[in-house]
Amino acid sequence: MSADSESRGPAWLLPASGLARLHDSLREAGYQVIGPRVVNGAIVLRELSSADELPFGWGVTLAPGGYRLRRRADHAAFAHSAGPGSWKQFLHPPREQLWSAHRTPDGGYSADSAAASDAKLAFIGVRPCDLRAIQIQDQVLGAPTHPDSTYASRRSSVFIVAVNCTEPGETCFCTSMGTGPRAGRGYDLLLTELTGPGDHTFVVEAGSAAGEATLAGLDLRPADPGAMRRAQASVSEAAGKMGRTMHADGLRDLLARSHDAARWEDVASRCLTCGNCTMACPTCFCTTVEDVTDLSGDHAERWQSWASCFDLDFSYVHSGPVRSSGESRYRQWLTHKLGTWHDQFGSSGCVGCGRCIVWCPVGIDITEEVAALQAELGGPEAGE
Amino acid sequence: MRDSPRPKLAVWKLASCDGCQLTVLDCQDELLALAAEVDIAHFTEATTTDLPGPYDVSLVEGSITTPADAERIRQIRADSRTLVTIGACATAGGIQALRNFADAAEFSAAIYARPDYVASLATSTPVSGHVPVDFELRGCPIDKRQLLSVLSALLAGRQPRIPGHSVCHECKLRGTACVMVAHGTPCLGPVTQAGCGAICPSFDRGCYGCFGPMATPNTAALVPELMRLGTAPGDVRRVFATFNAAAPGFRDVRPKP
Repeated sequence: MSADSESRGPAWLLPASGLARLHDSLREAGYQVIGPRVVNGAIVLRELSSADELPFGWGVTLAPGGYRLRRRADHAAFAHSAGPGSWKQFLHPPREQLWSAHRTPDGGYSADSAAASDAKLAFIGVRPCDLRAIQIQDQVLGAPTHPDSTYASRRSSVFIVAVNCTEPGETCFCTSMGTGPRAGRGYDLLLTELTGPGDHTFVVEAGSAAGEATLAGLDLRPADPGAMRRAQASVSEAAGKMGRTMHADGLRDLLARSHDAARWEDVASRCLTCGNCTMACPTCFCTTVEDVTDLSGDHAERWQSWASCFDLDFSYVHSGPVRSSGESRYRQWLTHKLGTWHDQFGSSGCVGCGRCIVWCPVGIDITEEVAALQAELGGPEAGE
Repeated sequence: MRDSPRPKLAVWKLASCDGCQLTVLDCQDELLALAAEVDIAHFTEATTTDLPGPYDVSLVEGSITTPADAERIRQIRADSRTLVTIGACATAGGIQALRNFADAAEFSAAIYARPDYVASLATSTPVSGHVPVDFELRGCPIDKRQLLSVLSALLAGRQPRIPGHSVCHECKLRGTACVMVAHGTPCLGPVTQAGCGAICPSFDRGCYGCFGPMATPNTAALVPELMRLGTAPGDVRRVFATFNAAAPGFRDVRPKP
């Protein structure tokens, strides 16, 4: 929906109570509104029936393999880093029927492609790292050369309310990947959350005509210079508070010559090959397709579901899997994510959200693995 | 639809609790459809019908724990075109395989007044240890949807497709936040084969590993994490020594205190 929001228009002030008006106006415009919510010990993305369901006053403490909610001193709604889910669960669902077919009485068959959902989705609270992740998936799944038609159809009606990051987590490294803490293009509305004694407001900017139209209905006053300065300062400060760093320069070349690195065996001894990292990653897009029949054989369906390169079946060809060792599977994942992704899609596949670090049950840290590879293989000149 | 005679399905029981056979009966909505597609030739828990072989598909529940069962499974194999083992007992020896790590004769002597009446083997072993098996369906008990998908595949003449990946896939696909990471609950999901739909984690419990080891279980890497989350070394051994105690990948877990 929002093509380019590089040019910044006027900014407005939205009191925290105005989130309810924003939510309701999106609902009235026919959107299913999805945002962060506390469910069972984690901040997950779910449909919100009211803005009251946002995680006001909740923060998180993150660690490799560890995620805990904590109460915040303020009432911030969006100061909680990335959670277990990402927006891909809505744009690129875990499991989806592609078509079904039925045998007809004359011995032929009829086929139906799965009906594309006509639900319009509005995402509230899209972090800059995740905004970039959506754009990466757009490039993979929505590129005009061979788009995934159901992805493209869902994506075309999405309304994005992004939120600048003012409080990175312990496992965040978006500044290293150039994806935050200030949101790049691609939002309809952009919020910056301001909290202080007796104060909870948002600076709001529109990034698209749809965003401007939504703002017009909210009857807001312009942001004063003081609020603008506070907003800018808190985002700038966030850039210096990243819990992790990844030296991203030269990774494409480093990984291209990493095939025989000793580090792969080291990480494989710790890696469970469980696939959590790939499914928590907001850019991992791989799927597998399965045809099923019912007991009568008169009804068949084709289903697409998320797949992981840590799965043996993922590289299964005639006579067996190509990547049977844990080393080769971890290497495949990291090499694609940080290396060959550049060749394939023109950017890194990593946005620095830190999910793969947090949701790895044994806490394997991608920034640590990259640093170890860099230490082992040396700088770019070493490979010349 | 079908001109040829209907395929003959047999369901057999060896050393087991009957829970997997019950899962067949638990296919309530699909039972009539199944009965329409096959002739149920032998299924003691459901019918007194007992037709002679050969059988097109045999489902075998239970492990081999007696000399008589060791003989019987050879006959079942000889009578069956396709043999599918169902459940942890048939695929890994079941919970009764705990005897493999102890002295079974000593157990017999402690329990039975006349242990000499009892003809049992020193070990409980999976069916695949005795005869070739065409397909193995995991679980304690098996999952009804997986059973139906295997039967549907066999009836259509295609390969059953049952993933060998971890339970973590199912948690992620259903949107359950990881209980290890978010709650600090020890869980065997990362080394256990998917198939149940990640039932236990969806109820805030760790996976008990009843589907046995996934395709490439790195249990050595999981054990230190289970201990970090508060599982005592002896309990780590116990948590792996349940439904699939003798399965490769689970049977050798020896945590360092």
